[in-house]
Amino acid sequence: MQVEDEMVRFVGKGTRVLVQGITGTQGRFHTRLMLEYGTKIVAGVTPGRGGGEVEGVPVFDTVFEALEEAEPEASIMFVPAPQAKEAALEAIEAGLNPIVIITEGVPIKDSIEVIARARRRGITLIGPNTPGIIRVGECKLGIMPSAVFRKGRVGIVSRSGTLTYEVAAQITRAGLGESTCIGIGGDPVVGLNFIDVLRWFQEDDETEAVVIIGEIGGDAEERAAEFISEGGFTKPTAAYIAGRTAIPGRRMGHAGAIVEGNVGTAEGKIEALKSAGVHVGSLPGEVAKALKRMMG
Amino acid sequence: MKLLEYEAKEVFRGFGIPVPRGKVAESAEEAIRVAEMIGGQVVIKAQVPVGGRGKAGGILLAETPERAGEAAARLLASEVRGIKVRRVLVEERLKIEKELYLGLTVDRRYGTYVILASSEGGVDIEEVASRTPEKIIKQYVDPIDGFRPHHARWIAKRLGFSGGLMMRLSEIAMRLYDLGVEVDAEITEINPLALVGEDLVAADARLNIDDNALFRHGDLLQRYGGGELEGLSEVEREARRLGLTYVELDGNIGIIGNGAGLTMATLDTVTLYGGRPGNFLDLGGGTPPERVEQAVTFLLNDKRIRVLLVNILGGITRCDEIARGIVNARLKAGVIKPMVIRLSGTNEEEGIRILREAGVEVMGTMEEAAERSVILAGGR
Repeated sequence: MQVEDEMVRFVGKGTRVLVQGITGTQGRFHTRLMLEYGTKIVAGVTPGRGGGEVEGVPVFDTVFEALEEAEPEASIMFVPAPQAKEAALEAIEAGLNPIVIITEGVPIKDSIEVIARARRRGITLIGPNTPGIIRVGECKLGIMPSAVFRKGRVGIVSRSGTLTYEVAAQITRAGLGESTCIGIGGDPVVGLNFIDVLRWFQEDDETEAVVIIGEIGGDAEERAAEFISEGGFTKPTAAYIAGRTAIPGRRMGHAGAIVEGNVGTAEGKIEALKSAGVHVGSLPGEVAKALKRMMG
Repeated sequence: MKLLEYEAKEVFRGFGIPVPRGKVAESAEEAIRVAEMIGGQVVIKAQVPVGGRGKAGGILLAETPERAGEAAARLLASEVRGIKVRRVLVEERLKIEKELYLGLTVDRRYGTYVILASSEGGVDIEEVASRTPEKIIKQYVDPIDGFRPHHARWIAKRLGFSGGLMMRLSEIAMRLYDLGVEVDAEITEINPLALVGEDLVAADARLNIDDNALFRHGDLLQRYGGGELEGLSEVEREARRLGLTYVELDGNIGIIGNGAGLTMATLDTVTLYGGRPGNFLDLGGGTPPERVEQAVTFLLNDKRIRVLLVNILGGITRCDEIARGIVNARLKAGVIKPMVIRLSGTNEEEGIRILREAGVEVMGTMEEAAERSVILAGGR
């Protein structure tokens, strides 16, 4: 099977955003926080709730109506897991790009189909089970607490939520700050991998150094290490890998955080990243210290 | 959700995958009756949700129904890999000429299903994969085009089959794929797929269903939801009942965090400072005080736990609600254990004030909190 090598599409200050599932508790809450951050949310969709408003944002029944009336370019989804697939297919058909799926608990079979269809249309899909993406000081399509970030030159790519905020807060406290932070998601099958994001960071002039936050399960970190070893990514890189104390065969919270046989151990990932020249911290706090040294 | 072998075989049968004649038994008497019904030699297999049962002595042979009863009695009085045997599967003994492997799983790298097949069946397939990777055939399935009969025939061809057996093998591969997709399998395996005369039979069966898809498989959950619980400890079963995201570990420091990554990092940090985590417990996001109280009470009541470490980084989660939950649990539980709390983020000041007033220790960073919990547990 062939996986196309295409450019990732992210968001910026002017990006017009649609919120799918805007009338739910999470949807409402984060719509307000995203608007406060400066994200340009132009429409919301909840089937059956069209005609209303959330935080001054018009709500439509379908993505196509929203498209005609408000011309969104990107979508962020707070749709419950059982409905996530259909909502995502609607956004894909409407050509929204990127699409961020915050929802946790999406069946793998649904994710597989959604990601394949997005890929076929050349659409960047972030998630599922992600905190989203933040371009610090510009725009946020996500649920991360903005207080932990300050504009700076460190890019973060992560499989986790709160652990990312922990590391970001320490980077901020160290006086460095962040450029863009992207959660690729904690599920076994997600739309973006570390390499897609590293490739984007390589070209991003605002990003001087990068942090990879990984965890047990799969081999995405090992492949990122290989990509770095081969010269695909050349900026200074630090990493933290969670799950050294995990028990093989047991899921540690995230659907994707599981050591299967001898695949996906923290040791294997740490070893691979170290041999690619990445500084791997054994405590989250060491990441910020390492960055400080690397960035002079 | 992990199905036991006999449950997986039930599902297989429903999808037209041939399985040996047999029936599950919960007593020696039942096993005798099943063996009489089958006639001839039988195999008695312990039904526990773990692999490697053969090596662990969980599979026995019997020549007569009486012997089958004895074998069943022996297994039913034993443990296999630490799990008490409650049921055995009594099956006809197959005259196996060759053992193959056939499986369906999710490939995380390509984000799709993959069919795995090998002429080296009956052994640990991961060992085959690491020793002789060329002996494993991988057929990736395009998520939109699907797995088609010609893909299945190509697998059978590459395993060296032709004619009727090739057709038969490809038919079984198609059915396994249909089954896997229909029931949202994370993994389903036939190992070994036994060549018996001119037919192929699933001598063993494995089926794990994606937990996130159980909302649309109420029937399967109801019918097969119990087997997996047998592989869990009592504490874990209780956690499951309460709906907590919990994994038991063998140490004495109880750990609660919010978010899988942060909770894992907390465990790792405690270990790095020389402590021994007793569990993983992830509260998730936006937890109300009652839920926090429940989680804290759960660990206070766990006798193995000597010190409690709570590490919260509030985004959606509000620190004051966490603090209230902790204080309530302490008041009601009637069990006093040292606690170390780290609270940071939304409504942090209020949360810290509530805890300090109740006399609970609050630390500024996760590293400090972890180190302190290790000291309180008396071990470095």
